[in-house]
Amino acid sequence: MKLHELSAHRLHKLIKNREVSVEEIVISLFQRIEKVEEKVKAFLFLYKKEALEEARKWDKRISQGEDIGPLSGIPIAIKDNICLDKKETTCASRILKEFYPPYAATAIERLKKAGVIFIGKTNMDEFAMGSSTENSAFQITRNPWNLETIPGGSSGGSAVAVASGEVPLALGSDTGGSIRQPAALCGVVGLKPTYGRVSRYGLVAFASSLDQIGPVTKTVRDSANLLQVISGKDEFDSTSLDYSVPDYSESLISELKGIRIGLPKEYFIPGIEEEVKKKILTATKVLQDLGARVEEVSLPHTEYAVATYYLVATAEASSNLARYDGVGYGYRTKEKTNLIDMYKKSRQQGFGDEVKRRIMLGTYVLSKGYYENYYGKAQRVRTLIKEDLDKVFQDFDAVITPTSPTVAFKVGEKIDDPLKMYLSDIFTISANLAGIPGISILCGFNKDNLPIGLQILGKAFDEETVLRIAYAYEQNTEWHKRRAEI
Amino acid sequence: MNYEVSIGLEVHVELLTKSKLFCGCSTRFGASPNSQTCPVCLGLPGVLPVINKKAVEYTLSTALALNCKASNFSRFARKNYYYPDLPKNYQISQYEEPLARQGYLEFELEGKLRKVEIERVHLEEDAGKLIHGEATENIEEKDMSFVDYNRTGIPLMEIVTFPVISSPEEAYQYLVNLKKIPKYLKVSDCNMEEGSLRCDANISLAPKGEKRGTKAELKNMNSFKEIREGLTSEIKRQSHLLDKGKRIIQETRLWDNKKKKTYPMRSKEWAHDYRYFPEPDLLPLEIEEKWIEELKAKLPELPQTRCQRFIREYSLPPYDAGVLTDSKELADYFEECLKSFPQPKQVSNWIMGEFLRLLKEENITVEEVKVSPTQLGKLLKYLKKGTISGKLAKVIFEEMFKTGRKAKEIIKLQGLKQITNEKSLRKVIDEVLEQTPQAVSDFKKGKGKALGYLVGEVMKKTKGKANPGLVNKLLKEKLSIL
Ligand SMILES: [Zn+2]
Repeated sequence: MKLHELSAHRLHKLIKNREVSVEEIVISLFQRIEKVEEKVKAFLFLYKKEALEEARKWDKRISQGEDIGPLSGIPIAIKDNICLDKKETTCASRILKEFYPPYAATAIERLKKAGVIFIGKTNMDEFAMGSSTENSAFQITRNPWNLETIPGGSSGGSAVAVASGEVPLALGSDTGGSIRQPAALCGVVGLKPTYGRVSRYGLVAFASSLDQIGPVTKTVRDSANLLQVISGKDEFDSTSLDYSVPDYSESLISELKGIRIGLPKEYFIPGIEEEVKKKILTATKVLQDLGARVEEVSLPHTEYAVATYYLVATAEASSNLARYDGVGYGYRTKEKTNLIDMYKKSRQQGFGDEVKRRIMLGTYVLSKGYYENYYGKAQRVRTLIKEDLDKVFQDFDAVITPTSPTVAFKVGEKIDDPLKMYLSDIFTISANLAGIPGISILCGFNKDNLPIGLQILGKAFDEETVLRIAYAYEQNTEWHKRRAEI
Repeated sequence: MNYEVSIGLEVHVELLTKSKLFCGCSTRFGASPNSQTCPVCLGLPGVLPVINKKAVEYTLSTALALNCKASNFSRFARKNYYYPDLPKNYQISQYEEPLARQGYLEFELEGKLRKVEIERVHLEEDAGKLIHGEATENIEEKDMSFVDYNRTGIPLMEIVTFPVISSPEEAYQYLVNLKKIPKYLKVSDCNMEEGSLRCDANISLAPKGEKRGTKAELKNMNSFKEIREGLTSEIKRQSHLLDKGKRIIQETRLWDNKKKKTYPMRSKEWAHDYRYFPEPDLLPLEIEEKWIEELKAKLPELPQTRCQRFIREYSLPPYDAGVLTDSKELADYFEECLKSFPQPKQVSNWIMGEFLRLLKEENITVEEVKVSPTQLGKLLKYLKKGTISGKLAKVIFEEMFKTGRKAKEIIKLQGLKQITNEKSLRKVIDEVLEQTPQAVSDFKKGKGKALGYLVGEVMKKTKGKANPGLVNKLLKEKLSIL
């Protein structure tokens, strides 16, 4: 097997046994990038020179007998809405082109301590708003399983970078499904941690009460290892919670005795592709064979999730994105003009259509006279959605659903129909509204060889159960061994 | 016609925390532009606020001192509007869930006790400062504006009254008395010149007995005096309109201190819908009853109570008590002084006279005064015993004030001790009488003024050290036997 096809865990073993040097790994990955990047366009920025320097530093330390951790010398790609100090962080927006943050996100600081090697920043929907990565101001990223199709979004670049063998690990961010949906469509593992599990400091905000940083990986074990490093209370993020972080590797057990899983009937709606539905039901059987008890459950407010989400998320976004005004940093119109026009023109020229659409929607939602009917009501429905899940979790350890109602669709197919596009997140949104963890793993392919994702949702701060179910499924199936051929 | 006036005041007080409300930057006043900033207060992408607990404590303490009910649950909210001094284009403030509500401030107005009800006390972050290009030397910068973010994020406490104030004078007195509270608690220096206290007003008029009229908001007043003037001018303007049967428009008006009148702000400048919503980057504050009780217990005696006690306990005139309790430091100084010289009225006279005069002259605060209250007490003891004369005491006190030296030292060093020795005084008197036969004969002729002249001469000869009472007595004795 080639180095670029291996998981981080396998690479770690090779490094540890001195069978391969970190430099060899990085060289091999950049060879892969040179070969496929032209086609998939997953990266906005690449740091080849620095990555090689870092690699050689690690090799030296290893040769001197230094103990290494699971992520030491392991290459990683970072979604371009997570600040890497002194590296351009654009959120795939013209408005932040050439913005170099003087600080790093807390998750990045923790990765640095763990010894990862940063390969580059990945493409995304502008400000994480989208489900196809077509909303990037700079380039369109392609799904390696079929270059005619989109990779999902908004963390499309991260999912593609992992799925095409450009990196073994990536970080994404998930506000309504932005890690899980592209992971599903690209056939990799995507985990959205509990809200408050991973610090948001340094993650450029889209919707503050929903955003979480999370891992995109080839295997569940890698997901657990990466989560281990980035988790935990951060004094710079008041919403990160002080729950002790367990050793996630301990939850990687390949059987499911005693595990109770709910299958919500509301998730098998018309509009879900038949092949997706079939694969999920097949996966259910696998879980039962491993000892889990699977029963139908009800989440009655599911149908309101998308509407609720688009009120809450856009409201917060309209305020979070107000700071991009051309005054202190970021894009400013070249036209000489007065203050108000500078604001208007800078934002008009700096933001893309989808971002503008959401800012306008969010501004409206918060306006005098509408607040109660929209934002206020949405918050109340959000509570109901959370209560649905709480109730199910009284009797069940996890809930499984399809990650996305469809497989990857064609580039351009939904870009002019925002409502259709918004439905891509119909199964992932509830986890963000309720703040619970969710993972998407590969559970098969459709007849056109496009990946299908299985979503596992767990209780707040119980990533362990989610990982355990995902791991057990993965270890007892062969899907994760397939690689996209490009 | 005579109208009923309803005034509400909104006071912003900058808190004296060492660091800003949501980041670790210093709050020091007067640093070079943008030197006290960080990614958080500059509102860079991806950063998050973290609450400064001290600012919450200061606000709660002030609210408790204003008899407010502290909230057990409080939340920050975003106030959204675009302005270049606001880097995030929203201000983190409080809206529906302030830290405290429903209090009052009592003070004396024209001999009567007045009670002004307070609606709410909340905490928010300050904005930056715009500097416009006209002020620069560089010609290319003339039509530009600059932003200094040093003040951005400094904690501001907002104290809002109900519209229950009924005259400009009452508004003025409310402010004078309100200002003392944060100063007593040492949570703000309430300095209007440095912008650490700002005040906006709203005012409406209505014929007696009718419900409140349309209010106008008043801004841009830079001293309590200007607030009083602004309100007076606004009452005049509004009653003039009402007299003519015209309507008052709800608007914001700016005070022009040169022209001494208000004019409307362009409506575009303030037609805001702030789109408040709960700040998702901060968890709601759950304030334990225990903490509130602790803060309550730690409150010092407040100015109004202390003033009443001074009148009662020390039999001081209300005026004296008011001046002495104006600041906590001065009141503490007074009471400390009483410990070594328990004569309240005399101490009060000295503090209100010499002490405050020199304080003003030297332009220093009570805390910077070099004379300890005990030393002032000792000086007054010497005066009382007659060791020094009243006139000398003032000279000595000034010396103490400027150098910090003790009274005893100065008296000893400069030989200022009063001459009370009768023998040596008689000697001086004999000399004076010998040298001024004219005065002696005038006295004999019954001219009372001559005695004063003679006393003066003796004092001159002793360089003021003679005890004037004793000189008087000895002179009379001597003259009667001549
Ligand atoms: Zn700062």
